[in-house]
Amino acid sequence: MQMKKKRGADIVVDVLVSEGVDTVFGLPGGAIMEVYDALFDAPFRNVLTRHEQAACHMADGYARATGKVGVVIATSGPGATNLVTGLATAYMDSIPLVAITGQVPRHYIGTDAFQEADVIGITRPITKHNFLVTDIKDLPLILRQAFYIAKTGRPGPVLVDIPKDITQQVSEYRIPTDEEVKESLPGYNPHTEGNPVQIKKAAELIRKATKPVLYVGGGAVLSDAAEEVYKLAKLTNIPVTTTNMGKGAFPENDPLSLHMLGMHGTYYANMAVYNADLLIAIGARFDDRVTGKITEFAPEAKIIHIDIDPASISKTITVDVPIVGDVKTVLKKLIKELESKPVEWIAARESWLKQIQEWKEKHPLTYRKSDKIIKPQAVIEEIYNVTGGDAIISAGVGQHQMWAAMFYKYSYPRQFLNSGGLGTMGFGFPAAVGAKIGRPEKTVFAIEGDGSFIMNVQDLATAVQYRVPVKIAIINNGFLGMVRQWQQFFYDSRYASVCLSVQPDFVKLAESFGAVGLRATKPSEVREVLVKAMEINDRPVLIDFVVDREENVLPMVPAGKSYREMILTPKQKSEAETMYLVG
Amino acid sequence: MQDIKVVKTRPEPEKKIGKHIITVKVQHNFGVLARITGLFAGRGYNIESLTVGRTHEPNIARITIVVEGEERVVEQIIKQLRKLIETLKVRDITDLPHIERELALIKIHTENDRARDEIMRLVNIFRGKVVDVSQESYTVEITGDNDKIEAFIDLIRPFGIKEMARTGTLAMVRESAASKEGVLD
Repeated sequence: MQMKKKRGADIVVDVLVSEGVDTVFGLPGGAIMEVYDALFDAPFRNVLTRHEQAACHMADGYARATGKVGVVIATSGPGATNLVTGLATAYMDSIPLVAITGQVPRHYIGTDAFQEADVIGITRPITKHNFLVTDIKDLPLILRQAFYIAKTGRPGPVLVDIPKDITQQVSEYRIPTDEEVKESLPGYNPHTEGNPVQIKKAAELIRKATKPVLYVGGGAVLSDAAEEVYKLAKLTNIPVTTTNMGKGAFPENDPLSLHMLGMHGTYYANMAVYNADLLIAIGARFDDRVTGKITEFAPEAKIIHIDIDPASISKTITVDVPIVGDVKTVLKKLIKELESKPVEWIAARESWLKQIQEWKEKHPLTYRKSDKIIKPQAVIEEIYNVTGGDAIISAGVGQHQMWAAMFYKYSYPRQFLNSGGLGTMGFGFPAAVGAKIGRPEKTVFAIEGDGSFIMNVQDLATAVQYRVPVKIAIINNGFLGMVRQWQQFFYDSRYASVCLSVQPDFVKLAESFGAVGLRATKPSEVREVLVKAMEINDRPVLIDFVVDREENVLPMVPAGKSYREMILTPKQKSEAETMYLVG
Repeated sequence: MQDIKVVKTRPEPEKKIGKHIITVKVQHNFGVLARITGLFAGRGYNIESLTVGRTHEPNIARITIVVEGEERVVEQIIKQLRKLIETLKVRDITDLPHIERELALIKIHTENDRARDEIMRLVNIFRGKVVDVSQESYTVEITGDNDKIEAFIDLIRPFGIKEMARTGTLAMVRESAASKEGVLD
């Protein structure tokens, strides 16, 4: 093959093109200038953000919404350190990203040069892998390895740190083939197929179970396995609860849906899990926000655990049938195995589903409605109504995130984006911008808190500049609401450092950036402003919903507690508090 | 919530704590050792010893890690090590017949002739070597498994240890066991 000769920076662009990249997010600086010079002529979209953290969240939101690898570019030193929160966010939620950072020239490395930071050292524990390019000959291979590692196995962010002199150096190069990339990583062989003996064992447990529950996590979304989850649930007539990250992997309007489980799970999902005799965990990792007190999580259930990451299996809870493999692949095989020897699924589940129906009727997901003050839950329900349940929702972190998870009913995968693992405030809005760029045909709503939104408010400028018509709903309660709720419940209502008493006028703020600003202060205005927002499609719209300040997210299982100690209604709070104290 | 009256708990697996020897073959790339030690530090695992060196294969290093911990934690350590992109092979060889060696250099205070004689005797019994001598000290080289070295140190401690350096444990599965159990893949 004939070798081409190019600058390092142009090699970067060539590899991005060969990987099918259509958008990159980032912000230039000294050490990455050569790459930006090459990007000037690149045949794909280059989005200039106002902060590297927002760039990282945008690439992340783009990746979550499209399933493609998100790409973010930053300069050395502060540019790269500003990526840290975004990378950690993506790492915790297994989102495929490639971050390209400039580094000081090789001969300056280690001298505390201007804008030098040990980015490889800093990002090592928050990336799936990272590379420092030390020779231009390695550059095309490393970049291709980065994409391959990011999107295969358990996905995750990969960072490539490129010294400036390498981006300037001219060298002969060619882009390595897929085979060469695989062969160059002899220690990296994700198991995707699933052990057939284990799959048989799992099928046998499913046939015998009388009170089974499917517990579906983000892995099902990442593996594009929603169709298989649906098939399995319908075939075996097993109710489905999803984690926060698993939302959309199973339609929440389906009668088999139990909605979310865990700390802010529904009463019926948590009761079902507590009483289950079989728990089928699919691409979920038994996070503490799901399990609560681990020794009382699904106390009588046998557990089947399907996961691509062997390290997720039996990490916090010992499982009975571990199956290491790609969720989609394994589910296909499991369904085939179950179909080969069917049982009377409908009859087998009759009493269990009846029990679950009773739980659903006893404590449905609800809240105290009001016609005087806007209830945050009512805002979410109205967003659901005006978008016909079809919008992509991207949430920040806090109470509004949980209300967005609970009161919007998700029906397709990649519909609900949020920082589930790291819990990064300020994620929702930039991720929504990335999602809208990746999925322009969809209505994209950022549901943000007033505290969360302001952490990345600067990138309203980016959304206006690129005419990204996202809708931003601010659930404005003037508090860091989730912390306030915990203080109310567990710290005797001592509201330490949670009152956001000084706020910008969000409507004027939006207008000053060139976006549209709207506000609702009364329940009667909620629908009206949302309808108005839906009509604007040439720039971002921000809606300031001034809501009930001290509304709480319920139900709630206090951290580290058993599902038994679930707080259901405000009235039961003191009772549960007592239980909490007695422990 | 009053709906659950009977408290049920999951049976907890028995907690077995023990010493484990883990061998890791890695691509000898830039920063690979930092990746491994960072993993231990970041996840709160305690390393008793860690040794690293090149092997006969180009660009492949071998690391021997000794950890003491609960079975579940050790299992998690092994899984996390396997997850690293640059690790080629991770084995817990604790329960396989294996050879374990460590080298220690110990500078021992020699107060008088009696001390010199006694230290020499101990060095001979332990098949060590005196590798440096001065007016006030012997520097001794001793190899063996961890127990042997600990025993030697205990015996010479009363003389006064001026300085000590240890390599940490190296370990290798015995060929006979390896071939029998088919672990030489």
